[in-house]
Amino acid sequence: MTALHPAAARRRLTGWGRTAPVVSEVAGVRTPDDVVALLSSDAPARGLLPRGLGRSYGDAAQNAGGLVLDMTGCDRVLTVDADGGFVRVEAGVDLDRLTRVLLPLGLWLPVVPGTRQVTVGGAIAADVHGKNHHVSGSFGDHVIDLDLVTPDGKLHTLTPDGPDAQLFWATVGGMGLTGVVVRATLACIRAETSYAVVETERCRDLDQLLERLAEGDDPSLPYSVAWFDAMARGSRLGRAVLTRGRLATLDDLPAKLARHPVRLPSTAGPSFPVVPGGLVNRASGLAFNELWFRKAPSRPTTGVHGIGAFFQPLDGVRDWNRVYGPRGFCQYQFVVPFAEVDAFRRAVRLIARSGRPSCLNVLKRMGPTNRGLISFPAPGWTLAVDLPVGPGLDELFRDLDDLVLAAGGRVYLAKDARMPEGHLERMYPRLEEFRAVRAAVDPDGILVSDLSRRLLDRP
Amino acid sequence: MIDATGRPRSLLLLGGTSDIALAVAEAYAARTPGLRVTLAARPSARRDQASHRLEAAGCTVRPVDLEARSAESHEAAVRAAAEGGDVDVAVVAYGLLGDNERSWTDVAAGVELAEVNYVGPVAAGIALGALVRQQGHGVVVALSSVAGERPRRSNFVYGSTKAGFDAFYTGLGEALREHGGHVLVVRPGFVRSKMTEGLDPAPLATDPQSVAAAVLGAVDARKEQVWVPGTMRPVMSVLRHLPRPVFRRLPI
Ligand SMILES: Cc1cc2nc3c(=O)[nH]c(=O)nc-3n(C[C@H](O)[C@H](O)[C@H](O)COP(=O)(O)OP(=O)(O)OC[C@H]3O[C@@H](n4cnc5c(N)ncnc54)[C@H](O)[C@@H]3O)c2cc1C
Repeated sequence: MTALHPAAARRRLTGWGRTAPVVSEVAGVRTPDDVVALLSSDAPARGLLPRGLGRSYGDAAQNAGGLVLDMTGCDRVLTVDADGGFVRVEAGVDLDRLTRVLLPLGLWLPVVPGTRQVTVGGAIAADVHGKNHHVSGSFGDHVIDLDLVTPDGKLHTLTPDGPDAQLFWATVGGMGLTGVVVRATLACIRAETSYAVVETERCRDLDQLLERLAEGDDPSLPYSVAWFDAMARGSRLGRAVLTRGRLATLDDLPAKLARHPVRLPSTAGPSFPVVPGGLVNRASGLAFNELWFRKAPSRPTTGVHGIGAFFQPLDGVRDWNRVYGPRGFCQYQFVVPFAEVDAFRRAVRLIARSGRPSCLNVLKRMGPTNRGLISFPAPGWTLAVDLPVGPGLDELFRDLDDLVLAAGGRVYLAKDARMPEGHLERMYPRLEEFRAVRAAVDPDGILVSDLSRRLLDRP
Repeated sequence: MIDATGRPRSLLLLGGTSDIALAVAEAYAARTPGLRVTLAARPSARRDQASHRLEAAGCTVRPVDLEARSAESHEAAVRAAAEGGDVDVAVVAYGLLGDNERSWTDVAAGVELAEVNYVGPVAAGIALGALVRQQGHGVVVALSSVAGERPRRSNFVYGSTKAGFDAFYTGLGEALREHGGHVLVVRPGFVRSKMTEGLDPAPLATDPQSVAAAVLGAVDARKEQVWVPGTMRPVMSVLRHLPRPVFRRLPI
């Protein structure tokens, strides 16, 4: 590969799951003008793609043999309007930085995923959801406007209801395939403190958990998620720890905390060491699941937690993805309609029966879809499991795919690293509209990712 | 690209009628329904049979012509394979065993062996290397032989070609690493196949299916060398270090 861009360097890239490494030319981008310049010059033979912090698990943010724009240097916070409650940023700003800027001003983001180590561009491109999806929708629902550079080098300002609404909603959830987001204005919520009031309860099995979740959501506790034991079988199948919360007000804080109501989450702590072969196996997986379940109080309790601990418990350990060893791991996340609770049960059983170690297993209810053409969130039950790559994993995934397809559900592209061709069409009913937008803004197929080669671009 | 669970979408078989190449394709086809296979070989009834066999395994097969002794033919075959999308795994599988006594006494016979087993594969490797550098990924499976590790009196001409082949592909793996390439050098012992029909199986003989299984396992683990059967590795390690007078007297 010859250098595609003077400032580009050859780099090996993977997603967060550390599977399927490829080599690309990576060009660091510092300003929106850099992006315009890059997209106005001759397109590289294997196309180009924006990349944020690489927290998507699979191959969404890599482009083998092509050019990758590293957006993390395009990271200025441009304006914060504390009264109006919005913030304007460049797309490479990450949510950790943004949290540190906003909280002291009494503001926070309405939607945050399970890690703050994602860029605004990545959060828009995957239309990420948080624990409050059923109440607040996904990231794209709070984007007031965004600046997109399309493959012809033109800069467009898009709004959700403006003349280019279709391009806006193709970009939200569009996995970087409609252009490069360079700036965005985001609506914020008020946050008096950096704490959350959290109710924690155990559920002895899947039935009890589903029952508790089906009772409906307590509107006063907009954040809710369940961790479940993906290894326990038999009568303990699907035992879980359910947490629900809300942002704490000053009045919620005990006197000691109230003196400093805004304490920023600590920056990433120790880095995870490289362990040849990895640490997660059946025995350690079982032990972890047992421990996590036992750690939760046996009776429902309410407490005040720092938002970091509640929303992003893993951000404290850097590089924790190394725990799975050299072959990496996959996260499988799907959503099926509420009516398909049986499919959901069968999926949990399939995962538990497979005997594969999985530690980070979350389950929650999702609310309505938005207008994102290929956004993931849809009303129903969603489940995510992390599984180390090993023999036979593919068969488990195929069985899960079949279940999800039969139930009219879908798999989350930001997590996917292996779905076969042909499924996407059946999962995302608006895929053809998305394809049409792409064909219009990118007739020469310049924006390419390994994910798009695998699932979208017909050879 | 080979996906996270080890499934390629497309294969290129150079020497597509080789039993081992076909077994590798069948093993991958079991993982990837509808696997695309470019089958490069001399046009022949054998190539047609090979196509049918892979179609029966669910593959979409495209035959292209390959003449092992022509350098241009390799480039053309690799280019043809890349037309329909990326080549995820290329298998360099063709080779001739030859008749050792003829091969070291008859120029034409010796040179043919050298061309088919070494010169051709170098041309193939160069074309594949260019493709991998362009793609930013790609696996090359190079079928070498334990015969190249220490040449024996009974098959040293074949052994010498495989020694060259083995060294070339081992080095190619180093060169392609920074470009996202992965080269696996496979060193089988005696494989019961068309190539060895009529010969007495040597100790630790194996079959194409076992070689294929070992290849898939090694590609998954991103290994760069694999012996088949695995016990060949320590055996060869001992054989390589035996003093020549002892080695000469071994009944192998
Ligand atoms: C521990 C952990 C927890 C997570 N929890 C959640 C969760 O709760 N909910 C959830 O929804 N997701 C979750 N995720 C997934 C993560 O939020 C998304 O994958 C997100 O897209 C990652 O952002 P990134 O900046 O790392 O983007 P990358 O992974 O680098 O890129 C992701 C996609 O965005 C595109 N992209 C990046 N920047 C731009 C840009 N400027 N313009 C256009 N396209 C761009 C890329 O091309 C790619 O397709 C989690 C991930 C981890 C590792």
